[in-house]
Amino acid sequence: MLTSRSFAAPARQCLRRATAAQSRTFAPVLSRTYAAVPSNEKVAKFKGTKGNDGKFTVTLIEGDGIGPEISQAVKDIYSAAGVPIKWEPVDVTPRLKDGKTVIPDEAIESVTRNYVALKGPLATPIGKGHVSLNLTLRRTFNLFANLRPCVSIAGYKTPYDNVDTVLIRENTEGEYSGIEHIVVDGVVQSIKLITREASERVLRFAFQHAKEIGRKKVRAVHKATIMKMSDGLFLNTAREVSKDYPDIEFDAELLDNTCLKMVTDPVPYNDKVLVMPNLYGDILSDMCAGLIGGLGLTPSGNIGDECSIFEAVHGSAPDIAGKGLANPTALLLSSIMMLQHMGLNEYASRIQSAIFATLKEGKSITGDLGGKASTSEYADAVIKRL
Amino acid sequence: MLSRGSRVLAKANGLTSRRTMATASDIFKPTKFGGKYTVTLIPGDGIGAEVSESVREIFKADNVPIEWEQVDVSGIETGDKHSEELFRESIASLKRNQLGLKGILHTPVERSGHQSFNVALRQELDIYASIVLVKNIPGYETRHKNVDLCIIRENTEGEYSGLEHQSVAGVVESLKIITRAKSERIAKFAFAFALANNRKKVTCIHKANIMKLADGLFRNTFKKVAEDYPTLETNDMIVDNASMQCVSKPQQFDVMVMPNLYGGILSNIAAGLVGGPGVVPGCNIGREVAVFEPGCRHVGLDIKGKDQANPTALLLSGCMMLRHLGLDDHANRISKAVYDVIQAGKTRTRDMGGNSTTHEFTRAILNQMEAGS
Repeated sequence: MLTSRSFAAPARQCLRRATAAQSRTFAPVLSRTYAAVPSNEKVAKFKGTKGNDGKFTVTLIEGDGIGPEISQAVKDIYSAAGVPIKWEPVDVTPRLKDGKTVIPDEAIESVTRNYVALKGPLATPIGKGHVSLNLTLRRTFNLFANLRPCVSIAGYKTPYDNVDTVLIRENTEGEYSGIEHIVVDGVVQSIKLITREASERVLRFAFQHAKEIGRKKVRAVHKATIMKMSDGLFLNTAREVSKDYPDIEFDAELLDNTCLKMVTDPVPYNDKVLVMPNLYGDILSDMCAGLIGGLGLTPSGNIGDECSIFEAVHGSAPDIAGKGLANPTALLLSSIMMLQHMGLNEYASRIQSAIFATLKEGKSITGDLGGKASTSEYADAVIKRL
Repeated sequence: MLSRGSRVLAKANGLTSRRTMATASDIFKPTKFGGKYTVTLIPGDGIGAEVSESVREIFKADNVPIEWEQVDVSGIETGDKHSEELFRESIASLKRNQLGLKGILHTPVERSGHQSFNVALRQELDIYASIVLVKNIPGYETRHKNVDLCIIRENTEGEYSGLEHQSVAGVVESLKIITRAKSERIAKFAFAFALANNRKKVTCIHKANIMKLADGLFRNTFKKVAEDYPTLETNDMIVDNASMQCVSKPQQFDVMVMPNLYGGILSNIAAGLVGGPGVVPGCNIGREVAVFEPGCRHVGLDIKGKDQANPTALLLSGCMMLRHLGLDDHANRISKAVYDVIQAGKTRTRDMGGNSTTHEFTRAILNQMEAGS
């Protein structure tokens, strides 16, 4: 037993080293974390370059249900606006390989090559052995930060006006570590994992993002009164990281207070970037979406060191799929975040103002917003305003 | 004759006690001497002293048969060992009286700081069910209308287990514990509460799509218990969706039951819908002990001692306690006066958009009670 183990252990080490060397991509991440990180080095910088035809190639995951329709709307609007982007559609229907859910290699290669992807809604197949596909994508590409801005849409009235929040959520660990076990029948332990490395990475991204979008304040949301060690680690890391960004004001707030204050009046959060562990981010970002009218109007970006995937976070709505009723706004706004990430800011602001103007006018909006227009009519209206 | 009488009595007693075990497991017998109930009063930190003074004053004016046993425990670090002692004393007092009215105790963020006294108290006394009543107050306009929901929260396990460790430097694990026994207990409580209070629907809030085992156990246990209550409508919802629905269409919710942390999040979101922590009452109920405290647990250190606090939440929690004791007349008189003052709109504290002090608000309620009787 002992001998076999001692043989096995070096072998395992070799394997591990082999994979690390193979995916060159992850090596710099590690070294960067342990070295003193210069605060001006940009986390998750876009590395893609234009092809010979002067266009960026972007992986397009159309998704299930209404995915193809809303992707078509995005494609139409982009070609009308002359955005220098070439789409590379891939299929990510999960496969079971060695008993694990994996996405096809072609899809992985495409995203790795292009450094960026746009993704429609995916339905997680119900059955044994399938981890949520979104989770699989996040793990495969190590997308550590989820960026969720919410802006009130003129023309769609909710009880809240002038909402303009930016939430950043740690995307890889926390409550969603997936480490769970049954201790004895009827007693389950679920482990929330917080590491300094992952916390630092997402916090640095938060500070840099704040700088980029011109916000002066970063606020960490936590529950360190109760979870003194785990959330405490997140909070302490935040305090340390904040020292590298002296021109940005940092403070922390208890989760309870954030929930309460945002629902009472979200406007004071308009000058801040909020950053938090996984579960809190999940709940609060959806809550913010609720403030402005739901997931059909909110974009989302998953940021990684190598690649980034921008996506619509709403469901695949199989009930209206193929009927031309779907609202492509969420995917469109996500694609605009993608353009900003790629540095194509001019196109981004032109398309964005066309979208907002169309929604404000309210003549060609889709059924979910109380209009009568079809997906393509809405897209045409946006194109006219470009 | 006498003996038969006592036998009948004994039989009746037997019945009651048997009923206690079987269905209404949460009936308890508070301490009563000379026609007065003894109730532990823990004012708590922050605004606690001010709002509990308001409660004392109003209860006294209405001649409520309650004798307060006040324990001034505090969660603020003072450096001496005294706070731990007072905490023990408050537990002992609550065990004795089986009934308490409590403000919120401060919990330090520092890792070296003590564990939350609020959580420790709930675990020690096993007051497992937290009830938060969220309802629009007539005459006080907020962004949302017709909100009337009730959050039932498991109070003793889940993310608040307090079990954490550092595997290596920079890697921390925090354990969330979900057990079938406690999930079943809270689900039963929620259904019994819904039936007793004429509610129609019970919604289970969870995150079983991600935490398949832990929240899966909670949800499955809920579904199993639901089979025993066929007259109630039931459904379940993922916590992030529930938060979103809560701020867009809160009217769809009736009774909601959930594990510990989600309860903390949703009770704050829901409180924000109707006017904040100053107006949301609540209580924590266990088999032996019931502690009534504001539903949305905020200490209010920032406005401590400024005479700005809104005592409505603690007053309404106090009224819940009176109803619990069967002192409905007192409860109705006091709560009506509170609602009337808020509806009149002349005297409101700052959190409700007025500029009255805590004292002025209390005085207005006292006047209202006098005028009403």
